Amino acid sequence: MTSMLTYTFKNLPNTSKWALQFFVRPLSCSSQLRAAPATQTKSKKTLAKPNIRNVVVVDGVRIPFLLSGTSYKDLMPHDLARAALSGLLTRTNVPKDVVDYIIFGTVIQEVKTSNVAREAALGAGFSDKTPAHTVTMACISANQAMTTGIGLIASGQCDVVVAGGVELMSDVPIRHSRKMRKMMLELNKAKTLGQRLSLISKFRLNFLSPELPAVAEFSTSETMGHSADRLAAAFAVSRLDQDEYALRSHSLAKKAQDEGLLSDVVPFKVPGRETVTKDNGIRPSSLEQMAKLKPAFIKPYGTVTAANSSFLTDGASAMLIMAEEKALALGYKPKAYLRDFVYVSQDPKDQLLLGPTYATPKVLEKAGLTMNDIDAFEFHEAFSGQILANFKAMDSDWFAQNYMGRKTKVGSPPLEKFNNWGGSLSLGHPFGATGCRLVMAAANRLRKEGGQYGLVAACAAGGQGHAMIVEAYPK
Amino acid sequence: MVASRAIGSLSRATASRMRRCPGYICRNFSGSSALRTRTHINYGVKGDVAVVRINSPNSKVNTLNKELQSEFMEVMNEIWASDQVRSAVLISSKPGCFIAGADINMLASCKTSEEVTQISREGQRTFEKLEKSPKPIVAAISGACLGGGLELAISCQYRIATKDRKTVLGAPEVLLGILPGAGGTQRLPKMVGVPAAFDMMLTGRNIRADRAKKMGLVDQLVDPLGPGLKPAEERTIEYLEEVAVTFAKGLSDKKISIKRDRGLVDKLMSYAMSIPFVRQQIYKKVEEKVRKQTKGLYPAPLKIIDAVKTGIEQGNEAGYLSESQKFGELAMTRESKALMGLYHGQVLCKKNKFGTPQKEAKHLAILGAGLMGAGIAQVSVDKGLRTILKDATLAGLGRGQQQVFKGLNDKVKKKALTSFERDSIFSNLTGQLDYQGFEKADMVIEAVFEDLSLKHRVLKEVEAVIPDHCVFASNTSALPINEIAAVSKRPEKVIGMHYFSPVDKMQLLEIITTDKTSKDTTASAVAVGLKQGKVIIVVKDGPGFYTTRCLAPMMSEVLRILQEGVEPKKLDSLTTSFGFPVGAATLVDEVGVDVAKHVSEDLGKAFGERFGGGSVELLKQMVSRGFLGRKSGKGFYIYQEGVKNKNVNSDMDGILASLKVPPKSEVSSDEDIQYRLVTRFVNEAVMCLQEGILATPTEGDIGAVFGLGFPPCLGGPFRFVDLYGAQKVVDRLRRYEAAYGKQFTPCQLLIDHANSPNKKFYQ
Repeated sequence: MTSMLTYTFKNLPNTSKWALQFFVRPLSCSSQLRAAPATQTKSKKTLAKPNIRNVVVVDGVRIPFLLSGTSYKDLMPHDLARAALSGLLTRTNVPKDVVDYIIFGTVIQEVKTSNVAREAALGAGFSDKTPAHTVTMACISANQAMTTGIGLIASGQCDVVVAGGVELMSDVPIRHSRKMRKMMLELNKAKTLGQRLSLISKFRLNFLSPELPAVAEFSTSETMGHSADRLAAAFAVSRLDQDEYALRSHSLAKKAQDEGLLSDVVPFKVPGRETVTKDNGIRPSSLEQMAKLKPAFIKPYGTVTAANSSFLTDGASAMLIMAEEKALALGYKPKAYLRDFVYVSQDPKDQLLLGPTYATPKVLEKAGLTMNDIDAFEFHEAFSGQILANFKAMDSDWFAQNYMGRKTKVGSPPLEKFNNWGGSLSLGHPFGATGCRLVMAAANRLRKEGGQYGLVAACAAGGQGHAMIVEAYPK
Repeated sequence: MVASRAIGSLSRATASRMRRCPGYICRNFSGSSALRTRTHINYGVKGDVAVVRINSPNSKVNTLNKELQSEFMEVMNEIWASDQVRSAVLISSKPGCFIAGADINMLASCKTSEEVTQISREGQRTFEKLEKSPKPIVAAISGACLGGGLELAISCQYRIATKDRKTVLGAPEVLLGILPGAGGTQRLPKMVGVPAAFDMMLTGRNIRADRAKKMGLVDQLVDPLGPGLKPAEERTIEYLEEVAVTFAKGLSDKKISIKRDRGLVDKLMSYAMSIPFVRQQIYKKVEEKVRKQTKGLYPAPLKIIDAVKTGIEQGNEAGYLSESQKFGELAMTRESKALMGLYHGQVLCKKNKFGTPQKEAKHLAILGAGLMGAGIAQVSVDKGLRTILKDATLAGLGRGQQQVFKGLNDKVKKKALTSFERDSIFSNLTGQLDYQGFEKADMVIEAVFEDLSLKHRVLKEVEAVIPDHCVFASNTSALPINEIAAVSKRPEKVIGMHYFSPVDKMQLLEIITTDKTSKDTTASAVAVGLKQGKVIIVVKDGPGFYTTRCLAPMMSEVLRILQEGVEPKKLDSLTTSFGFPVGAATLVDEVGVDVAKHVSEDLGKAFGERFGGGSVELLKQMVSRGFLGRKSGKGFYIYQEGVKNKNVNSDMDGILASLKVPPKSEVSSDEDIQYRLVTRFVNEAVMCLQEGILATPTEGDIGAVFGLGFPPCLGGPFRFVDLYGAQKVVDRLRRYEAAYGKQFTPCQLLIDHANSPNKKFYQ
C-alpha cells in the first residue's frame, strides 16, 4: 500500500455538492441573504438568479471504486467510462438523441484514447451525432466537466449534457526515454540501410530506461504525500488525529455501504470476471493497527501513512445535467440544482492542498450563504492530514487575514454534517471521477437527511481548488 | 579541494558564499553578565528532554563569544546534574542562523599567539565535554551553522538540519586565514572522512543540508514548512524542535542508534584510510595541490593539513595541541589580518549608507544586450526585478537573451535552481528593440558601446520616454559621467554604475557620482546594486574613476616590462606568484587590447607623465593587426575553442622587437618587476583617496580586491601599506623613480604616512 501511495500522482479531486433537497423548507427565510426572486421553487429561499437558466442534476451514477490492480486491472479507461455511461442510461432512461454534449474529466491520459469521452460515448451506445470532449484539472477534473456543462446550459448552447470522469490507475503510460523516442522517430524517417545502421550504432543501453509518469508536482518536484505531511506539520495536526479521522471515514463508509446509502453505485459486469457491485477499499481497522504503520513519505518521523491517505483507485462516474425546464418537459424529477461555483488557486508548494480553505468562503459569499446554511458538506479527502489542516486553516483568523486577504475566518464545518457517508479516504479516489461522486453524495444526502444546501469542495494538484453549492430540488 | 578556492573565492564568485551567511559577525555586547539572568541562552524541559535555545540579544546572528560560552556551560552543567533530564536539544531561536561562528573580535583583541591558543584550548575543552556527554545531545540546526557553530554541532551526539537554502554547514576559517580551532580539524575527518574534511576546511565552502546528510555530517533532515497558524519560519523552528525532541527521547531510550548505516563506498574508504601508505599519499597529494594553488602565499591551508595529520598519526592529544598552537600562530599572521579586514570591508560594502530611496526601483530597463548588458539583466531578473533588455538588432538581442538563459540554466545544472524556478525567473525578462514600456521604468542602465556620442544619443532618446523619477545609469569603465550627463535635462538623475565582467561572477559594483548627482539617485543605485547581490563602492567622478584609474598605471608598467623583453608567460607567472589571480599579460587579453588602448590613451591625456612608462604604440600595433585578445582569438596568447593550454602568439615577436627598450638592470630582478607593478597600483590608489575620489580606504581595498584581483592575502592597497609599511613602499617608489622618472613619484598622502609611522589607514 505504501508503495502505491508513493505513487500518488498529483491529483486529488474532491468536490462535493450538496445538491438536492427533498424536503420542503418552511417559509422562514431567516438565513437567506439573497433576495433573488424565486422562480420555480416553492421555498422562498433559493439561489435562482434572474435571467439565468436553472441547471439541475437529473441523476448520477458511478461504477464501484476499486483499489487499483484489482478487478479492473486488465481494462482500459474508456471501458470504465463506458460502464458508467451505460449505467447512467439504464438509471435515467434518457433518450440518446436528446443528449447535446458529453464531457469527461481524466488525469493520467491513456495515449490511445486521449479524448476518452468520445471513445466511451461511442462504445456506450450514445448517438454518434453527440459531440464529446475531455477535460483535465487534476483531482477536480470531473468538477471541471460538470461546470463546463453548466456553462453550456446556462448560456443556452445546450439543454442536456452528460458530465463524468474516469481514472484507471492500474495501468499508466510508461514511456521510452526521450533519447530512445528520438532515435525511433529518426529511424522512421531514415531511408537507406546505411542511415539506419548509423542511427542504430548510436544506441546506448541507458536509452532503455523507462520514463514513469510524474509522481511529483511538476513545479516543485515534491510528491503530494510529502506536501501533505508538511501541511499537517505546519498546522500541527498529530498522527493520532489523522488516524482517528481516517478511521471515521472508513467506519462511516462501511455504515453507508451496509445500509445501502451509496445509491449512486451501479454494478459492473467486468468482461471475463465477476460482476463488481461494491467499493472494495473500505477497511475499518483499529487505531492500534494504524499506529503500527510507518510514515510513507517523510521518513522516519512523518505523520502521513498508507492508512490515513487516499489510495490509488480505478473508477468512473457520470451525471445527467439539464436545464430545469427541459428536465421537467421530459418528465424528470430532478435531484438537485447546481448553483454557484468557484475555482481558486494558490501557492503550489506550501499550500498545495488548501484549495477548500480558499474556495469555501468565496463560494458562500457568492451565493449569499453562511456556513450555518449548509446542511451537508462533501469535501474531497486526499489525506486525513489535509482535511484536518484545512479545518484549522478555515478556523483561523490569522490565516484568513495573512494569506487570504479576508477580515475573518469562515469557520470550520461541523463534523456531524461532514462527509457522513465516507469520503475519498475510504471510498477511493479515481482522480478524474471523484468530482461527480462528491456532488451525488451531497445530493443524495440532502434527500435522505433533509436540508436545502450542500457544499462540495476539493483540492487539486497545482495548488488549485474548487467549491460548489448544491441546492436540493424541492419535493 | 583547494586552497586556491579560498583565495580566489575572496575575489571572485565563490566569495558570495561568505556573504550569504552572515559569517562571523562581530558583536560588541555590552552589559554585565549577571549570574542568573541569562541573556544568550534559555532552557526549558519537555518531558525528560532539556531544550536549550540560543538567542543572542540585539543581533541577527548568534556568535560564540565568551559570554555565550560561559552561559552555555552553566546550562549544560545544570542539565548534567539534573536527575529529571535524560537528554538535550540545542537549537537557535533565530530564523536563518544556528551559530554563525566564533566572534572574531575576540581574536582581534588578542595581542599574542599564546592568548589565541588559550582561547582555542578552552573551546576544545568545552566541546570535549559535549562529546563525552553521558546524556545524548541533539543539535537542531536551522540556518547558518559555520565555523565554531559547526564545531559545536559535530561535538553533539546527533544532528538534525532544516532542508532549506539558508541552512548551510561549513568551516570557512580558511577564508579568514585561520583554521577551525575548537576541535574541528580533529573531529571533522572522523565524521566525514579525511578527503571530505580536507575539502571543507581547505575551501571553506558552505554545504547545504541535503548534501550534508549524504556526507554524514547530519543525521536527519527536516523539510521547511509553509504557513500554518503562524508564520512559516516560526513554525518551522518549532517543528524542528519537536522532531529533535522525539529523537533525543529515542536516543536516551536507546530506540535510535547513533551509529550510521554506511554505504559500501564509505566502508571501502575508511578501510583504505587505515593503511598508512594510503594516508601518506593523500596528505602528499593535498599538500602538493595546495602549494600549487596558494603559491605559498597563504599559510592557513598547510597548517590545516598539518593539524589533521598530527591528529590522525599521533593521536587526539597531539592533534588538539597542534590545532590550538597553529590556530594561535595563524591568528597573528599578516595574511589573516588582511583577510579579516576584507571580511569586515565586505560587510560594510553590503550596506546602503545613503538610506532608503524614495521610490523602490522595481522596473529596470537595460540598453544594449552585449556581454555586460545581458549580464546585468541576468543578475537583475534573478532577484525578481522586472527587466527590459533592449538592443538595436534582433540578432544582438537574441544573443543577450541566450546569455541570460544560459546563465540561469547553468544554475539548474548545478542544482542551485529547479527548471521551474529558472522559467519563472526568466519570465521577468522582456526583450525588445523599441522603447515600449520605458514609461514605467524606475531605472535605465545603459551598456552600449563605449563611445561618448553614442551614449549622448542614447541618453537623449531615453529621456524622451522615461518618467521623471527614473534614474539614468551609465555602465562605463572610463568615460567620465559628467561628460555623459552634459546633455541631460536632469543631471541629478544621472549616475555611473560600473559593473565588472562577467557580471554574474564578479561581485563588485563601482558606483560613480558626479557633483550634480542627487543623494536619492545614489541611494537608488546602491539599493539596486545590493539587490543584485553586489559589493558596492561609491566613488567620485573623474577620469577612470577609481578602479580603472588604479589599473591603468599598472598596465602601463606591464607594457614597459614586456618591451624590456620579459616573456608574457614569465610576466604572468611573476604576477600570479605575487597573488594576483590572473597574470598581467593574460589580463590585457581578457580585458581586450582595444579597450586597454582606449583607456590608456584617454587616461594618458588626463594624467600625463604619471601614466607613462610603457608605450601605447604596442597596443596600437596589436589592434591594427587584429590581436584584440581573447575575443578575437589572438592577443599575447592564441585562444582556441576547447584548447586549455594557450600558446604564446608568436606573431607578437615582431611587434615587441620593434618597440624594445633596454631593461635597467638595477630594477629588473623578479622581485623588482613585481613591486614595480604593485607600487604603481598602490600609489595611484592612495592618490585617489588623497583626491577624494575614494571616500574610505575600505572601499579602496574592496574595489581593488573584488574588482581588479589585487592579491587578497595583502588585503588591498591600503591594508598593504599598513602591513608592509608606508616607508618601505615609499623607498621602493623612490628607487624606481630614480631609474624611470615621475611615474613612480610617491603621492603626498603616502609620504605623510611614511613620515609618521603612527599614521595608519586602518587604526
